[in-house]
Amino acid sequence: MSEAHPGYQPPPVAIHPPGHGHTPHHPYLQHHFDNMEQQAEASTLGMWTFLVTEIMFFGGLFMAYLVYRWQSPLGFQEASHHLNIYWGAANTAILIISSLTMALAVRAAQTSQPVRTQIGWLVSTMVLGAAFLGIKAIEYSDKFRDHIVPGPYFQWEGLYPKPAEQFYSLYFAMTGLHALHMVIGLGIMAVITWMASRKTFDSEYYTPVEVAGLYWHFVDIVWIFLFPLLYLIGRHYHAA
Amino acid sequence: METTAAPLNYLNNGHGLASWLLTRDHKRIALLYLWSITVFFFLGGFFALMIRLELLTPAADMVQPETYNKLFTMHGVVMVFFFLIPSIPAVLGNFLLPIMIGAKDLAFPRINLLSWYIYILGGMFTLVAAITGGVDTGWTFYAPYSTSASNSHVITAGVGIFITGFSSILTGLNFIVTTHRMRAPGMTWFRLPLFVWAHYATSLIMILGTPVIAITVLLVAVERGLHLGIFDPALGGDPVLFQHLFWFYSHPAVYIMILPAMGVVAELVQAFSRKNIFGYTFVAFSSLAIAIIGFLVWGHHLFVAGQSTYAGLVFSIISFFVAIPSAVKVFNWTATIYKGSVSWDSPMLYAFGFIGLFSIGGLTGLFLATLGMDIHMHDTYFIIAHFHYVMVGGAIFGYLGGMHYWWPKITGRMYPEGWARFAALNIFVGFNLTFFPQFIVGYLGMPRRYAMYAPEFQIYNVLSTAGATILGIGYLIPMDYFTWSLKYAPLAGDNPWGARGLEWEIPSPPPTENFTATPIVTEGTHQYAPSREVGIV
Amino acid sequence: MSGHVAPKSMYYAVFAALILGTALTVAAAFIDMGALNNVVMLAIAVTKAALVVLFFMHVRWGTRLTWVVAASGFFWLLILFGLTMQDYLTRGWVDGTWR
Repeated sequence: MSEAHPGYQPPPVAIHPPGHGHTPHHPYLQHHFDNMEQQAEASTLGMWTFLVTEIMFFGGLFMAYLVYRWQSPLGFQEASHHLNIYWGAANTAILIISSLTMALAVRAAQTSQPVRTQIGWLVSTMVLGAAFLGIKAIEYSDKFRDHIVPGPYFQWEGLYPKPAEQFYSLYFAMTGLHALHMVIGLGIMAVITWMASRKTFDSEYYTPVEVAGLYWHFVDIVWIFLFPLLYLIGRHYHAA
Repeated sequence: METTAAPLNYLNNGHGLASWLLTRDHKRIALLYLWSITVFFFLGGFFALMIRLELLTPAADMVQPETYNKLFTMHGVVMVFFFLIPSIPAVLGNFLLPIMIGAKDLAFPRINLLSWYIYILGGMFTLVAAITGGVDTGWTFYAPYSTSASNSHVITAGVGIFITGFSSILTGLNFIVTTHRMRAPGMTWFRLPLFVWAHYATSLIMILGTPVIAITVLLVAVERGLHLGIFDPALGGDPVLFQHLFWFYSHPAVYIMILPAMGVVAELVQAFSRKNIFGYTFVAFSSLAIAIIGFLVWGHHLFVAGQSTYAGLVFSIISFFVAIPSAVKVFNWTATIYKGSVSWDSPMLYAFGFIGLFSIGGLTGLFLATLGMDIHMHDTYFIIAHFHYVMVGGAIFGYLGGMHYWWPKITGRMYPEGWARFAALNIFVGFNLTFFPQFIVGYLGMPRRYAMYAPEFQIYNVLSTAGATILGIGYLIPMDYFTWSLKYAPLAGDNPWGARGLEWEIPSPPPTENFTATPIVTEGTHQYAPSREVGIV
Repeated sequence: MSGHVAPKSMYYAVFAALILGTALTVAAAFIDMGALNNVVMLAIAVTKAALVVLFFMHVRWGTRLTWVVAASGFFWLLILFGLTMQDYLTRGWVDGTWR
């Protein structure tokens, strides 16, 4: 405990002197990082940490869903049948394809593909995302038309009206929050696409694409759970 | 007053409002936070003063009961969300974490600045709610009162809390990534200062817990605005579900408030006993244990809410377990002080205060974790005394101790020690006089959140209000001498305490980039050797 | 980031698996398996999510830290679900006696 040597060595002279005049580095290396690898690792860890918060954020809604479905299983089943399984399945497929195009966009940047290729995958992802939102808009307007939007104008023709209203409260809350994340995702993708168009990304620096990809895949994963939980409850009791 | 030209440091490196409002320097951001949380602290303190004035007499004769409800609500909201949760992490954590691990800044400096702006935005919403009439639901926003019956500005305050939650999340995210990826060469996990371990554990809670209250507050606003039946039983909702979701965050939140203070105390007892911490590994892991076990106990807030008895049992047992890592810390700090070379400088006075008062607060928590006792004491002043002992006697004492200890590093000035000791004593006496009677009167049955009470409780309330006055004056004294010290106090030098740690090896105030060259660490940064002279490299 | 470069064929294979999983989960919803319906549905969803996490999000070739972070998020959700549901599921258990 009482060794003679100090806790650290005195700083060696001028390893990383401040200011520009030191060894050239990648233009996108921020100065508080030592090298590109550290920066990339920090960025991906940061996005994963953020995604954990998103898991817990959506998790609160899934918790409410769990409690209310456990309390009213038949009511939720009835309510679920009113959702259009074709739109739901189509949206699921759309998002899965968009995850593929997103992953290929990351790969294109990672392997220094031409800007044309990168943008092709990125724009495809955005188009699919927009298509998803378009279908959601159709579904939402159908609900308004059928008066199954919770609130003072809710009219349920079938069995279990109270659980049905709860189901649709959760439906709008969960898919609405998800759609909001899609919209934000489209914004992020637009920025990434613009950066790609300026020849920003190659195998040495593609972190923003990777990180945007993580976000996009997460939003896909949320839908992977939302689809069966909302659209596929007890379908065997009802011919579609 | 020194007139020599000061060397370039983070304070004089760039002048003007823009250089502060657009800064990426974690040290400047820490000061932005310091200014803002101090404002909110005194706002919360003002509400507390009003509460204590009303409670001087048994009748609700100073304010209407409806107004009183708003006073205790705003006191809680402001103190919890806008003072306690940010305080140590956003001020001391932001300032010290990069320096303590040998880094130039946090991993995401711009996100750090963004977190401050988000905090200010959330604060604005809450201020608007306060100014336009306040909220009267209690800081706990229980449904269905908050979602249906209350006529107050629940949505505005809720939005404010929602927004501020993101400030907390971004701070935690930054700390986690920084600690994992930005440590200097040789700075292994088990050479880290315990302050860093404490903040890492705190950040885990911020990440895993805050989003749940975010969605809960959002649902309250949605239910209130759109009359959806989520928590209101009249609309088919479940009010106990609200409490589960609310406390899933809000219980771990109290560990967000106390863990950083514990990290501060670990630093203080080492520095002012001139001794390495006893049981470093145990203390480091105890921070993680508190963070993790703290997520498993929230149902102890629902013992009388309609939760099943079985679940109450489970939460009660785990609540006993969560006390163990806290006890480990108290034992290890005490063992550190034992046979150390103890000095009674003002930071150490706060550390001693913390150890005693946190122990009382923590032990009374065990009373409340006992199912049978809690049925008697739930919603009484016993609970209020319990959490003020840990939140004020614990967290605020830790905050003040840390502010005193690192003030010379942050500002380059040494505050007047005589006044500091007087203030510490003042605060200690005022605090105990305020809150100890509340244990008694709570046990005797005085309920919380009422503007009126039975006449036989008055003596305790008068004592408590007297204490609160002394406490309030005590808080003002450091405000005065800290501000004075900025211009008139002597320069502090790099290591006025003769302490160990990377922050004491750089100038006071530090240069913007912290280190002129990356430090290379060869052993733990807190090697106190009693036989060695300190302060000399 | 000097990440692992996976061949395009891998991405297409995972994509095919995800589409297949979707088709399976829709089909399974129309078959009465009693209590197993929920189990099957969850199993398929979790598998699809795992495929996305491991392959599209590169966790398969990432650091152990990334894996721990990703897993802890889902684990914490289980804590929320589990400890809350143990309240609801035991509401009827104790009727004031120890029976």
